[in-house]
Amino acid sequence: MHIGIDVGGTNTDAVLMSGETMLASVKRPTSANVTDGIVAALAGLAEAGPLDASAVAAVMIGTTQFTNAVVERRQLSRTGVVRLGLPAGTGVPPMSDWPRDLAATVGHHVHQAHGGNEFDGRVLSPLRPDELRAIGERLAADGVDAVAISSIFSPVSQDAELTAESLLREALPEARYSLSHRIGRLGLLERENATILNAALLGFAETVTEAFTAALTSSGIDAPLYLSQNDGTLMDVMYARSYPVSTFASGPTNSMRGAALLTGLADCVVIDVGGTTSDIGMLAGGFPRQAGSEVDIGGVRSNFRMPDVVSVGIGGGSRIRSEGGVTVGPDSVGHALRERALVFGGDTLTATDVAVAAGLAAVGDPALVRGLDRHLVRHALERITHRIAETADLMRVTPDPLPAVLVGGGSVLLGDRLPGFDSVVRPGDAGVANAIGASIAQAGGEVDRIYPLGTGDRAKATEAARTEAVERAVAAGADPATVEVVDIDELPISYLPGNSVRIRAKAVGNLLLGETR
Amino acid sequence: MTPTHAPLTRVDLEHLPDIARGSALLGTGGGGDPYIGRLLAARAIEEHGPVPVTALADVPDDALVVVVGGIGAPTVMVEKIPAVTEVTQAIDRLRPALPRPITHIACTEIGGVNSMLPIAAAARTGLPLVDADGMGRAFPELQMLTPSLMGVTACPLTVVDDKGNAMLLDAVDNLTAERLARAITVEMGCSATYTMYPMRGAQAREGLIPATLSAAHDLGRRMAAARAEHRDVVAEACAALAGLELFRGKVTAIERATVGGFARGRASMEGTGAHQGRRLDLEFQNEYVVARVEGRVAASVPDLVCVLDAETGTPVTTEGMRFGARVAVIGAPADPRWRTPEGLRLVGPASFGYDFPFRPVEELAPR
Repeated sequence: MHIGIDVGGTNTDAVLMSGETMLASVKRPTSANVTDGIVAALAGLAEAGPLDASAVAAVMIGTTQFTNAVVERRQLSRTGVVRLGLPAGTGVPPMSDWPRDLAATVGHHVHQAHGGNEFDGRVLSPLRPDELRAIGERLAADGVDAVAISSIFSPVSQDAELTAESLLREALPEARYSLSHRIGRLGLLERENATILNAALLGFAETVTEAFTAALTSSGIDAPLYLSQNDGTLMDVMYARSYPVSTFASGPTNSMRGAALLTGLADCVVIDVGGTTSDIGMLAGGFPRQAGSEVDIGGVRSNFRMPDVVSVGIGGGSRIRSEGGVTVGPDSVGHALRERALVFGGDTLTATDVAVAAGLAAVGDPALVRGLDRHLVRHALERITHRIAETADLMRVTPDPLPAVLVGGGSVLLGDRLPGFDSVVRPGDAGVANAIGASIAQAGGEVDRIYPLGTGDRAKATEAARTEAVERAVAAGADPATVEVVDIDELPISYLPGNSVRIRAKAVGNLLLGETR
Repeated sequence: MTPTHAPLTRVDLEHLPDIARGSALLGTGGGGDPYIGRLLAARAIEEHGPVPVTALADVPDDALVVVVGGIGAPTVMVEKIPAVTEVTQAIDRLRPALPRPITHIACTEIGGVNSMLPIAAAARTGLPLVDADGMGRAFPELQMLTPSLMGVTACPLTVVDDKGNAMLLDAVDNLTAERLARAITVEMGCSATYTMYPMRGAQAREGLIPATLSAAHDLGRRMAAARAEHRDVVAEACAALAGLELFRGKVTAIERATVGGFARGRASMEGTGAHQGRRLDLEFQNEYVVARVEGRVAASVPDLVCVLDAETGTPVTTEGMRFGARVAVIGAPADPRWRTPEGLRLVGPASFGYDFPFRPVEELAPR
């Protein structure tokens, strides 16, 4: 068996899993030091049923702490930034588009040096060791704790970044380093931004991962520890120490995958009805369909892939109005539902009130909504169902029958039929979907590179990308016997007469868990 | 395109986001993401101050106007960001080949990243920027500029890379100039900067498309305002472009291939809302070239075929087009000179390999 834990800003949830079956679940408040909340949650699991600590094969944790640190501008180290690629790149120096407060938090220790590669791997300009040594001395004098190194076309050739690190280490032996070729894909600014954030988080990552490990130790669990990444796969704790940014946006991914696992569905629409909005995503082959565009983390542009989620302004707290036809939302009483909704003795008609009046939900005092006009109740619920069904339908791309999975506190607003979907599934225990999503034991690897092609070796390039993605998945802990390439994408390079192609490949396999003792 | 606001008299930092947004849509799916260009322009303006803008009609007879921009693969430019010196060197290296000093800079194409590089060039050289361009959108090759139609030659031209390598080219015709410039660009690492089409003031006034910089700014501003006010960005963009909404739907299939050095592909969409039950096929060659609704051409080059994210109104590029995306497709009229027989010879359906005759989007649109 294994344990999935979701460390949120408010609650720490834990689930005990045997394969894909949930044996127990608990919810505890997140503690300031994180450790105590996890210890309490693990103790809760032990109370909920027989938990044999020695039989736990793995613990998986999903956490928003690193995202929150960036958003709240705390726990970030003073970070040196070195970009290799001169004479190119000076038109847009590193951190050009950062919010001022965040740039000030990591400091303005930005340097550009010679180095880097062309798209086809040729050297752009040779590295100059003395230039880098001088930068190292300057960064040492500035007292940086971490260094981010990015190099033009480092996804094609890593040599420049590796050599630069060893040269900078001469003056900065104690600093923590983050190299862009290990962080992100093509797109220098986005990859560089992610590398700088990663470097700035390395100190905090040590603290957090140590707290996680301490929590397991004090709970008597001696099992490998993994953290969730944004794409739904896992990384082991040593890896997570070096790549905290990989946890960004793992929350929505875990929530969708957890909901699906609870229902046993790999292909479905997941509708998470909250207090103010409903977030709707699509799961294909067990993974969320990914959004295409760049994303902002704390105001910094990056190119992590996020789940493709569309929101509609309907939730349990949405205000219902009846003047000139029934309307629902988009405004909501939000967190004040328990003060303002009629069923809780408030004065505002909300979506929750009509659900209670219709007998769909049992919260608050049903007597307080008994007098509601029956036509109003019916129209409001029809409107809610229609709007959500319409939005969910936008997410589907084939006419094949597709089930809808409903989660979230507001999902009581919806009945058991959703127009356009052949079935509606409501998993039990949806409240701990994030922790369940974290517990899904898969590891992955990814490649994103431009392959210059001679005549006829297109297939060879694709094969090389596949092989490398598989190797990376295995390196991340996947069982070689189960690794599959789940996504391969060839993008011809536009405006180029030569034959070059950008290939992105992703491989995923089941995590190779130690023998269950 | 006719701006509803007063034309720009200068470009300052505050104008860049709107110009970038507008030019991304005018890129008709190609032209490169103006994001990098916006940062390059912002940096240049921060260092050198705002750029004065001259209306095309105000360019004097004795002026010498050149167009400046980037050539190569946008995919490479997002990795190998240009050097500060590239844009100024491309201009400086052309000066000795010209009879008189360069007095003005204009945009090659208002669509995509090339709307922004001239702003950076103008800021760094101190030359005024002309409110005009040579395409009114984005096209893939350097002979596809309106001044070509009146016999202006692209040469002499310069192509300069990040390292300071420069090629001065004098080709026999604009098509040959395109072939040679592109070949050297590959050797330069697939991303370079050029200066070309030296024109006298009178040639520029006649040959370039007026007020497109202001129009891009206006388009971007209107799209941003519509989004902020929760109005329909697609409808607003249509109004600004005098275009038509051809379709709304979701991408159900996408294919890509490299054919003859062009990134070609097609995307299929299934209609939603008012378009339920219908299908749109979109073909692209770096840019969107043809949109067919239910198998019938609804818009084609040289008219603009633009794709926006249906939820956010963000322009969608051919590279950014992905399975499952919810998008809207707009068709909008090209500059009238592209619709003449000479214009169509250069950028009409036939020059992109199609055998159907061009018909204006406003005539094709289903009623």
